[in-house]
Amino acid sequence: MSARVLVWRAVSAGALARQHGRVLLAMGAIGLGVALGYAVTLVNASAANEVSAALRSLTGSADLQIRGPRNGFDEAIYPQVARDPDIAAASPVVEVDARLEARDEALRIVGIDAFRAAGVTPALVGDASDPLDHLRPGRIFLSPAAAQALAVAPGATLDVQSGLAAVPLLVAGVLPAASAQRIGVMDIAAAQDAFARTGRLSRIDLRLRPGAVPAMVAARLAAALPAGVTIATPAAYVDSTLRLSRAYRVNLDALALVALFTGGLLVYATQTLAVARRRAPLALVRALGLSRRALRWHLVAEGALVGLGAAVVGLAAGYGLAALSVRAFGGDLGAGYFRGVTPMLAIDVRIAVAFVVLGVVVAALGSYLPARAWAQAPLASALKAGERSTLAASTRLPRAALALVAAGVAATALPAVDDLPLAGYLAMALLLAGTLLALPWIAARTLAAIPVPRDVPLALALARLRATPAQAAVSLAAIVAAVALMVSMAIMVASFRHSLTAWLDAVLPADVYVRAAAAGDSGYLSADVQRRIATLPGVANVAFTRLQGVTITAGMPPVTLLARDLPAGDPTRALVLVAGPHAATGDAPALWVSEAVADAAGWHPGTRVDLPLAGRLQRFTVAGIFRDYARQQGALVLERDVYRRLTGDDLATEAAITLAPGSDVGTFTQELAAAVPEAARLTLATPAALRALSLRIFDRTFAVTYALLAVAIVIGLAGLSSAFAASIVTRRREFGVLRHLGMTRRQIARMLVAEGTLLTAVGLATGFVLGGALALILIHVVNRQSFHWSMDLTVPYPLLAALAVTLLAAAAATSLMSARPALRQEAIVAVKDDW
Amino acid sequence: MIHLDRVTRSYPGHPPRAVLAEVSLTVAAGEFVAIVGESGTGKSTLLNIVAGLDRPDSGSVSVAGIELTSLDDDARTRFRRDHVGFVFQAFHVLAHLTVAQNVALPLALLGRAGAEAGALVAAMLAAVGLGDRGASLPHELSGGELQRTAIARALVHRPAVVLADEPTGNLDPNNADRVLALLRDCVRAEGATCLLVTHSRHAAALADRRVVLTSAGIDPLVTAGAP
Repeated sequence: MSARVLVWRAVSAGALARQHGRVLLAMGAIGLGVALGYAVTLVNASAANEVSAALRSLTGSADLQIRGPRNGFDEAIYPQVARDPDIAAASPVVEVDARLEARDEALRIVGIDAFRAAGVTPALVGDASDPLDHLRPGRIFLSPAAAQALAVAPGATLDVQSGLAAVPLLVAGVLPAASAQRIGVMDIAAAQDAFARTGRLSRIDLRLRPGAVPAMVAARLAAALPAGVTIATPAAYVDSTLRLSRAYRVNLDALALVALFTGGLLVYATQTLAVARRRAPLALVRALGLSRRALRWHLVAEGALVGLGAAVVGLAAGYGLAALSVRAFGGDLGAGYFRGVTPMLAIDVRIAVAFVVLGVVVAALGSYLPARAWAQAPLASALKAGERSTLAASTRLPRAALALVAAGVAATALPAVDDLPLAGYLAMALLLAGTLLALPWIAARTLAAIPVPRDVPLALALARLRATPAQAAVSLAAIVAAVALMVSMAIMVASFRHSLTAWLDAVLPADVYVRAAAAGDSGYLSADVQRRIATLPGVANVAFTRLQGVTITAGMPPVTLLARDLPAGDPTRALVLVAGPHAATGDAPALWVSEAVADAAGWHPGTRVDLPLAGRLQRFTVAGIFRDYARQQGALVLERDVYRRLTGDDLATEAAITLAPGSDVGTFTQELAAAVPEAARLTLATPAALRALSLRIFDRTFAVTYALLAVAIVIGLAGLSSAFAASIVTRRREFGVLRHLGMTRRQIARMLVAEGTLLTAVGLATGFVLGGALALILIHVVNRQSFHWSMDLTVPYPLLAALAVTLLAAAAATSLMSARPALRQEAIVAVKDDW
Repeated sequence: MIHLDRVTRSYPGHPPRAVLAEVSLTVAAGEFVAIVGESGTGKSTLLNIVAGLDRPDSGSVSVAGIELTSLDDDARTRFRRDHVGFVFQAFHVLAHLTVAQNVALPLALLGRAGAEAGALVAAMLAAVGLGDRGASLPHELSGGELQRTAIARALVHRPAVVLADEPTGNLDPNNADRVLALLRDCVRAEGATCLLVTHSRHAAALADRRVVLTSAGIDPLVTAGAP
């Protein structure tokens, strides 16, 4: 039998089995972290692959793409570009997200010239029984995914909305594209005609002649393109599309890592208990000649083994979770970035291995600390029962803790790295690590401030905790981490919700809102419809808005331009300004920009900016920065009169209607139906309904977060229980002596419950302070850098109080459960526990 | 003060191990009695039964006029709190309390605190020669000092009975002599009755009476001293 096997039998075999409940809990925590992380990464990677594949199938063999704003650009550009000597083939495209009749969803319709597209994007040219269907108006070819999702086959008719009218499209065939994207393809001229895009193109796909250098051709063609029209490689477009969801994906990954970290703390607590319980065999094998180093690594290997098992189970659970999530929420996990894409989960061995390694490393680290502490204890002391070595631990504030906290504070001032709040996450991790390192000092100082109670069990509990701050720190680590994260998320979510509510109240001042279409960008209100709505008897005031897309930074996704009828006298009444207002001059009209735009472009009130509108650069003055929780990629607001004057576009996308005194939504709806025959295609909503919908989505989004954090709290309590039980194991003699001296079992129970509750109170206090600090980082750094959303700090006191009371009660119960062995044991046996 | 009448105690096993077989013993108030004997003859079991920590299978045990065999666990705990002081071989001084706090513990459990308790603790510490070590923590004390702390704790609440189980087993001979002398003097000064379990003939010689336990029970031939 090898020495390793002998050591394993002497110190490990049976030990893990004896506390299988705690080991399983620790494995569960690690497994949960691995499962969440793997699921999120798997879904993200699969969705990103699917989006890339979908975009590639749309762009085919194009080397370059010319793209314009949402309403397109002048098609006169096409012949100029097509004649360029470096261009082998140019395929003009019109793209419209057309609302499907009787559905609140849109279908992306791609208008192509089949002859041109065959040379660049052949996958967009469908199989048709009659080739002329490619040219006929009213014909559409669906991708397999679209045909399946809409449950239509060739020969069926699909009705889509254009303006307020229905456009019937006969399904002429199915595209050969294998992409999972839902699209429909029709003739470009027919699409322009059907969707009021006459003379406009959305993009031109270009295939270069052999030998032409894309970057050089792009640079040359860009110089001749009108403002707001850009040229780039398809890959750049894919990158900018995926970039939209990147911060969201990274945030989900961070949440998964939090679960993994908490699992590591639980392994730490469990291994501390396991080591405490095995003092005798561990000391014996050391006394018999096993080196300190060998024993330390043996204990670390135990933890790694737990991590390995947990990680493997976590991988399987993660795959299942990913499959369920994709089915339930889609490839973007409900965030709305990749609509119409249902990814096939593709197992990437590298990702799987990475998460297994992560689980093993976290568990091994959780084991290393108690293994090191034990290995450092003098052997003679370890051979004796008792715990003298743990009492002499230093309670000075470690310099490393101060350094970590200082570094964490400093990191909050660092900018985003490639648009990701990595410094914010680093700051949170540093503050957490610094606090955990300072826990003995914090526990000592806090406990010293508590007056000694008259009750003997309580006084003994306090005396015990004061004397063993290092042990208290072990018990507290998981609970402090869990409470801090819970509190920080609770404060952040409460602040966000409160700010969102206030924002909704401010941006929804009207009585009823009318949208031209529930989805897509094919619906609009013509000037005639606008006039009819404005002159309805029940309408006191109406403010129309035209939504457009504008590219302000090349390579970045377009931002939303809202051309609005702003309230006279106070144009910012419907905006929540966080900076400004700044007066604009006549030659540079006012432009209000959202925080996302201000952050990305570096604009501030008073900045004069050039915005590409109607193919020309128009000068504006940034009049203010407003809060906008609706559009993460950014938004711009300008006076609709100015927009109309500059573009000639007098269409509107939505209307905010203030009803006349005596009128109500019901009356208005009847008047609208009478005045506008196509009113059935309009979407009407009251501010209350919009507010309720927004808050419902908000709450649903964060429900998962709360569920995860509740799990973190359970893990934290389990950590407390493990560490507390570890402490109790080493105190059998103490309880025996107290029983000899006349303390009843009930008094000892009260003492232990007091210890657990006091300890948790210290943990709660520390966790609340740390959580408050982390909340500030989440609000002012992570959210700002991830989503560019500012919010007002709101502390949910009732929720936090309920959390504190619940945790204290749970801690008392946990302590009592952990103390049961101490209460059961015989006092005689306990005091004989010497070698 | 202590009266054991035909006390029998055996432990489960195959076959059950009989430790005490119909042992009877009477110890007068103020008497200092040493119980000696080979290992496994039931010395510590006898002490545990007198302390109310263990119950005999049969027979009766009366200490300070209280019949222990009829008491439940809580009542026996109160009995120990009121009437018994302990000195252990391994000292068992609580590591997280100061010397003075350790000594004050029995008083605190009796609900006695404040100046009066403080004075009693100070006096007791002075009596055992630790008058200046009240604020020290146990890990700052030597073995002899720890056992003196334990003696102070055993006597501070003026118990009727002091039970000492091998109190010098962890001490060197010089310290052992000093601690034993201190224990005897203090017990006498407080008027307590003391049962001392020991392997040491030297320690037993300091007692008023020596009771020898054998596997057959108390050996009347080698048991010496009055009455």
